[in-house]
Amino acid sequence: MTTTLDQTIAKKQHNWRSTLLKSQTFWVLIAIIAACVFLSLATDSFATSKNIFNITRNVTFTAIIALGMTMVIIIGGIDLSVGSVLCLSSMVLAVTMHAGYGLEIGVVAALLTSLAVGGFNGVLVAYLGFPPFVVTLGMLSIARSLAMVASNNTVVFEFGPDHDRLLDLGGGAWFLGIANPVLYMVGLALIVGFVLRWTKFGRHLYAIGGNENAATLTGVPVRLIKVAVYMISALSAGIAGIIQTGWLGAVTTNIGTGMELQVIAAAVIGGASLVGGVGTALGALVGAALIEVIRNSLGLLGINAFWQGAFIGGCIIIAVGFERVRQLRSSD
Amino acid sequence: MAILELSNISKHFGAIQAVNDVSFSLEAGEVVGLMGDNGAGKSTLVKMIAGNFLPSEGSMRMEGQSLVMHRPVDARRHGIEIVHQDLALCNNLTAAANVYLGREIHRWFGPLRVLDYGTMYRRAGEIFAELKSETRPRDLIRNMSGGQRQAVAIARTRLSEAKLVLMDEPTAAISVRQVAEVLSLIQRLRDQGVTVVLISHRMPDVFSVADRVIVLRRGRKVADKLIANSSPEEVTGLITGAIEKV
Repeated sequence: MTTTLDQTIAKKQHNWRSTLLKSQTFWVLIAIIAACVFLSLATDSFATSKNIFNITRNVTFTAIIALGMTMVIIIGGIDLSVGSVLCLSSMVLAVTMHAGYGLEIGVVAALLTSLAVGGFNGVLVAYLGFPPFVVTLGMLSIARSLAMVASNNTVVFEFGPDHDRLLDLGGGAWFLGIANPVLYMVGLALIVGFVLRWTKFGRHLYAIGGNENAATLTGVPVRLIKVAVYMISALSAGIAGIIQTGWLGAVTTNIGTGMELQVIAAAVIGGASLVGGVGTALGALVGAALIEVIRNSLGLLGINAFWQGAFIGGCIIIAVGFERVRQLRSSD
Repeated sequence: MAILELSNISKHFGAIQAVNDVSFSLEAGEVVGLMGDNGAGKSTLVKMIAGNFLPSEGSMRMEGQSLVMHRPVDARRHGIEIVHQDLALCNNLTAAANVYLGREIHRWFGPLRVLDYGTMYRRAGEIFAELKSETRPRDLIRNMSGGQRQAVAIARTRLSEAKLVLMDEPTAAISVRQVAEVLSLIQRLRDQGVTVVLISHRMPDVFSVADRVIVLRRGRKVADKLIANSSPEEVTGLITGAIEKV
């Protein structure tokens, strides 16, 4: 039997099942589900509504920033400043509201500050050719220092006339008893997922990560897109900062310390490749969820909390190991 | 009328004369081999046609109109496309995504403007069929052969309906079987009435697919003759300088 050229061209080599089985996000999701089933059976305290509420809410801060980080990683970059930007955003919000301004003004000020930081990172990386690692490492130090300057390194826990509205924004549960941070996370994930899959902008992110030179030659506005992506990353950290402020009800200048590493871990566990060109919004959520489930389960199982780092670090290395195996297979 | 006409084109970088008083014209639907040793001025000449460099002297005319290009985008607007030696493809994207990179098609989904995957897959498939290349629009470039990659890069030029395609060493880094595939792609382009300039070191490729060969040596044109009236031995002599000029 001979196949015509048209049949060959029309043939789909992959169906949804093979795509699914090759997806790292899918296997991490399976791991999470398996862990949850095991924990529900092994402990009395895991499958309680209070614990589930806690887990889902704790996931959100990492997950929201991981959404932005995933976009940065897709273009082959890295953003180490997110933890400090979260702190700066929280502190700008807190100081503004403490000074007597309303919630709206505080939120706008915090978001604009975040965007400015991201824009600064982006311009240095895209237009002046600085390595993103170094620029954002510098910003990690600068942003936290600015937060200390803004607050004189004090704890802010009174947020002026809109104090209660802020706490409700971050700590409430406006819809079906689901914690507000979870709602924000789901909303943002849907937006990021849509942008990555269905827009030219998203397509161009993958192109830049795959072959920046090719993207430039085909007329993709590479520099502009890079600046936009670093701004989005900082914005996601800023949003997480605002929500976290409302949830905690107090801001210190050490919130978000070391968070950049946890966020990068979430993105990588969820399938983003630090080489660039690979990553999804769902992956960011799933990666963040796995980290939180590990953290939570170690506590419930009575394992010393000092082991957390070892387990999470092990997951990162296993995730990268899977990617390496795939690379070796495809290069055969 | 000639598609492209070069008159007394020269280019010098400081004291170095890279291209010296070169004139030729390209007709619609012909394949011209551009040959010469390293440093003969091939790349400089091509870069002038591609809009990377302005000529120091001389003029270019495209379909009778004077042509001055300051940037590569200008060349593309005039219907001149380059297939780069490294092909400028993204390994992590599908063939269709690469063909449409920077020229994506959209459709409306309610109030949202979204990528039109269906149309892009279908049209890319049509172009591959037209090129008679066994390339599947949904496959990732990463998993493709050298010949299929060339097909994707060439499909890009079909999309813009280029009149002149410059191919920079398309057969330099691929296997013998794939060379035949690439040469047939060039013939497909010619069948569509596209003019192809094939820059190559490989004598057999030029002699199997080109209608005419232009030889450069030390920045000067030393031969411009029909393949039928020449021979690989003669062209080798012209490239090395054993034969002064014909």
